[in-house]
Amino acid sequence: MSRSADIVAGAEQRLAAAPVPEEFEKGTSLWEDAWHRLQRNRLAMISLFVFSAIVLFCVIGPFLSPYDAEAQDLLKGAQGPSAEHWFGTDTLGRDLMVRTMEGGRISLLVGLIATLVALAIGVVYGATAGYLGGKVDATMMRIVDTLYALPFTIFVILLMVAFGRSLWLIFVAIGAVEWLSMARIVRAGVIGLKKQEFVEAAVSLGYSHTRIIVRHLIPNVLGPVIVIATLTVPAVMLLEAFLSFLGLGVQPPNASWGVLINEGQQNMEIFPWLLMFPAFFFALTLFTLNFLGDGLRDALDPKSAKD
Amino acid sequence: MPLLDVRNLTTSFHLRSGVVRAAQNISLQLDRGETLGIVGESGSGKSVTCYSIMRLIPQPPGRIESGEVLFDGQDLLQVSEAQMRDIRGTKISMIFQDPMTSLNPYLRISTQMIEAIRVHEKMDEKQALSKAITALEEVGIPDAASRVRSYPHEFSGGMRQRVMIAIALINDPDLLIADEPTTALDVTVQAQVLDIIKERQQRLGTAVILVTHDLGVVAGTCDKVQVMYAGQVVESGAVDQIFYEPQHAYTQSLQKAIPSLGEKNEALYTITGTPPDLAKPISGCAFYPRCPYPKIKGEEGDPPQLVERADGHCVRECGHCDRSKPIESVLAQEVTEAAE
Repeated sequence: MSRSADIVAGAEQRLAAAPVPEEFEKGTSLWEDAWHRLQRNRLAMISLFVFSAIVLFCVIGPFLSPYDAEAQDLLKGAQGPSAEHWFGTDTLGRDLMVRTMEGGRISLLVGLIATLVALAIGVVYGATAGYLGGKVDATMMRIVDTLYALPFTIFVILLMVAFGRSLWLIFVAIGAVEWLSMARIVRAGVIGLKKQEFVEAAVSLGYSHTRIIVRHLIPNVLGPVIVIATLTVPAVMLLEAFLSFLGLGVQPPNASWGVLINEGQQNMEIFPWLLMFPAFFFALTLFTLNFLGDGLRDALDPKSAKD
Repeated sequence: MPLLDVRNLTTSFHLRSGVVRAAQNISLQLDRGETLGIVGESGSGKSVTCYSIMRLIPQPPGRIESGEVLFDGQDLLQVSEAQMRDIRGTKISMIFQDPMTSLNPYLRISTQMIEAIRVHEKMDEKQALSKAITALEEVGIPDAASRVRSYPHEFSGGMRQRVMIAIALINDPDLLIADEPTTALDVTVQAQVLDIIKERQQRLGTAVILVTHDLGVVAGTCDKVQVMYAGQVVESGAVDQIFYEPQHAYTQSLQKAIPSLGEKNEALYTITGTPPDLAKPISGCAFYPRCPYPKIKGEEGDPPQLVERADGHCVRECGHCDRSKPIESVLAQEVTEAAE
């Protein structure tokens, strides 16, 4: 049985091109839309500006400073802020501003990379487990539970013993721990979403599982994930500080904000600026990331558009 | 050869509490351009039948136990998952009950439509977009060229259902399965949505399976009807046969339960009791406990068989009840007994 001729003619007629409006020339991806919406959020934009300023300060700052982060000048040890040393000097006479900058490089690097690693693994793993469900989900989540039960410190020490000390191992170690909670959050979100009809509709249109997970489910859980990610960055920085405190993290003379804050709090009654400056930058970073995350969550949700 | 020929399809769900036989021995045939209505109350196996045809039953716990789904001569239950993906969306499409959740809230309509086109067909983005706009115009979205850029939440329920229809039909499928497409919509929008489906069907020769529990919708749109009860087909035939000469007690009772404009001050008939629990085996006639006819035999016995008559009208006949009087007098008697 074949379709009649007028049916075929009708189908051909349908292919006649509809005019495409000019505005379609510019991209309309999820991220571009989100960026347009984010620009309308003043607090988030200020935060983005301040955060970028901190990053620039830490990355470019050391090249502009006349001091070397490792150069000690014991005669000028533990001086308060002055025209010469804006942030003062530490007990060994090193310029605190350069040390804050260099420490920031490491802290930001650890914070961002470890979070990205955690985000990538956690989102893919959690979404897969949640979407597939059943035995696959149960197996995958028991693995997560097992890793959760592993004491973090012992895990890091094992890594250090096996591979030697390096900054990269810190990324791996922290990332390996932080992705667990990310995976759980994404899994929970996906389980809630996959019962919605748009997932069924996507299957009924012949989309593959991978396409459904990547294109349809992950964007829908990005909102809460972004917020968790921005909260993970400071958490990761603190973990790094903890590792450094144990002697497993950043090694002297290198420093991170965590190390500087730790040194500063030992002397805070006598030389308060040693705590104040690194803590100020750490807190400021934390604040801006939180505001930025909040703004991003709203921006990623099309329903929050106010136009 | 019919476009769709389902033979003895049986689907069950294996739950911890037992095996739920959601669809038993379903057979149906559908030609191009035809509309088949599947009616029945909630849990009667309407949706399970449709999902089984498209192989959308979540497995586990669901399992298609036996049967054949011959689509264009090819048994869909035997093809690989990859082949099935090629068939879904291009040859067979589906629209769902709730238009509020059947579009991805995070993606623009344009993105979702372009994706539906480009998954199955090589086409550049601009061409696909223009095809999407045409498709939206065809389902009556005003100002489609700019509305295509909207997000789902910017549309009303009826508009979203139209968008869903546009997406489902965008690759010109041979078969459209509409699972209660109008249940969540108000009456005027219902009529518009049904008109759109009908118009497309007449123009492109699409076969349609319309699942609904609204007999009015069936009467207005379908060529053939299948009445389901407790996972079984109890009666099937041409729309006139079902409406003018209903044979099965369940079909007759259903029709008595429709309010009509002529009758005044009369209590509406309702079928007493609830459908049987499909997790428990049903020995005799599934409708026995709720059947209004006088009983002449006990509930136990061989399950009644679906018998096809010469005119193609199929009925699951049982010998448990006294069918000598017409249902009107049986019901009238019931009312007087209740009054006494």
